[in-house]
Amino acid sequence: MEAFLNKMKDSVTKSQVWKSMFRHGYEDTPRNRYLQVLDNVWLHLHPTRIPRHGAYIRFTWCMGGITFLLFLVTAVTGVLLMFYYRPTAEYAFNDMKYLEFDVPFGMFLRNMHRWAAHGMVIAVWLHMFRVFLTGSYKPPREFNWVVGVILLTTTLLLSFTGYLLPWDQLSIWAVTVGTNMARATPLLGSEGPFGPELGMRPDNDVRFILLGGTQVGPPTLLRFYVLHCVFFPLFLAIFIAVHFWRVRKDGGISGPL
Amino acid sequence: MDNLLLILSKPDNVPIVMMMLLFGYYTWLWWREAKKNDTLITNGNYSVLQEEGKDKIFTWPYLVRNEFLAAILLMLILTVWSIVLDAPLEEPANPAKTPNPSKAPWYFLGLQEMLVYFDPWLAGVIFPTIIIVGLMAIPYIDKNPKGNGYYTWQERKFAISTFMFGFYVLWIVLIIVGTFLRGPGWNFFWILDVWDPHKVVAMTNVDLHQYFGIRSSLGAFLFGGFIVTAYFGLAVLYYFWKKESEFVKKLGVARYGLTAFLFLSMMSLPIKMLLRWTLNIKYVWVTPWFNI
Repeated sequence: MEAFLNKMKDSVTKSQVWKSMFRHGYEDTPRNRYLQVLDNVWLHLHPTRIPRHGAYIRFTWCMGGITFLLFLVTAVTGVLLMFYYRPTAEYAFNDMKYLEFDVPFGMFLRNMHRWAAHGMVIAVWLHMFRVFLTGSYKPPREFNWVVGVILLTTTLLLSFTGYLLPWDQLSIWAVTVGTNMARATPLLGSEGPFGPELGMRPDNDVRFILLGGTQVGPPTLLRFYVLHCVFFPLFLAIFIAVHFWRVRKDGGISGPL
Repeated sequence: MDNLLLILSKPDNVPIVMMMLLFGYYTWLWWREAKKNDTLITNGNYSVLQEEGKDKIFTWPYLVRNEFLAAILLMLILTVWSIVLDAPLEEPANPAKTPNPSKAPWYFLGLQEMLVYFDPWLAGVIFPTIIIVGLMAIPYIDKNPKGNGYYTWQERKFAISTFMFGFYVLWIVLIIVGTFLRGPGWNFFWILDVWDPHKVVAMTNVDLHQYFGIRSSLGAFLFGGFIVTAYFGLAVLYYFWKKESEFVKKLGVARYGLTAFLFLSMMSLPIKMLLRWTLNIKYVWVTPWFNI
């Protein structure tokens, strides 16, 4: 019997198909532990060996990884939500109701998208807090901290642009309050210092460009939708790549020098 | 009490409650680790820390295992959270019906709270810009080589206390105030107060120059300008006073200038808050173009 099973196993694991996918065996040898990380496109973001404290949750708090995971969750649930949502003032709110009552697991999908997004904001703050408290922004990692600040700002902007999309009272007034600040921009806002002197009016200042109108309306919904679903996710993905790359290039996880 | 429960149970406010608990826990964790390391360093055992840092382990399985466990746990929490609590959806958008209070998303409520003390061009545009630029500048102005890669307190007291003050008091606490203590008309209500939209608030705020009997707008302009310039001029005075100190020498003029500007800008918020609470100051500097 055992001989038969081993033969079966061999016929699978020694086949051309299997060997083309898995380049090494799974015996617990140091070599395989290296290869397990090196040969895997996802795991090879990591070095093959790390300082002991790099695996301690009490050191890293795991917050960078959690932020990334939550970003992936929002990306997956977000794409699924896009199948059911139309970013026009006539349909947007009705599509939210459609998601809630008609789409199988529609409400669950939307909940997960929203809570992952809120969680991402908290996780990214905690990650910044951890990196600050371990002094990990100090040389040679100065630039990666700057990239991190860009990522943090983009996270907030992603969350803010997404806030408008349900097109209910909560979202348009929260976005109205937020974008009203833009008209106070010095030089470029119609109510900002030296704005009127430079010819800024409510219908040509920086807030008008942002909203596509003088108040939060249908053009704003479309703008925020495009920013939320295309521009900011791509922007974030690019800087995430830089951030991860620089973690490795700047010497991996920080530790006592 | 009903009002508090109502605010607490708003689905969008649940993350704030979670955030408060998480920050409390992680601050405690930092303090524990920092104390441990500080004791090691005080006893002259920094090399123990260094040796630990050089100790290498395999990523597979030791790190990947933790990552997978964390991912599973997080997905579990997220799934339960998404089953138990529904994302909010209010009435359809209606530009003609302004809710009172109108609040920004919770993570921007610190900025909205600043609007009480500063005009929108400062609270909504300049300060956010300074916060972002200031954060980016941190690695370039902090010349303290110690505390790189491990938790500590005693080696970085100025850096950590400044960051904590800005982050906790001026960001997290303001978010909590904006969420739980600001009701209709953005008026202040204690936790157990009922949000009364007809609350009467005396408008007794005055501008600083009025305290000094200055009536003309030119006088107000010059007076306020002097006060603000003098405030930032404190940095120059401190520079010449402490020129020979280790701290200022190591920074150099440019870094010192940037650090002082960022620090004084940050401190202008609590100062303006105190002025408002004690002397009812509305503006410190009044000009035809902008007010501070």
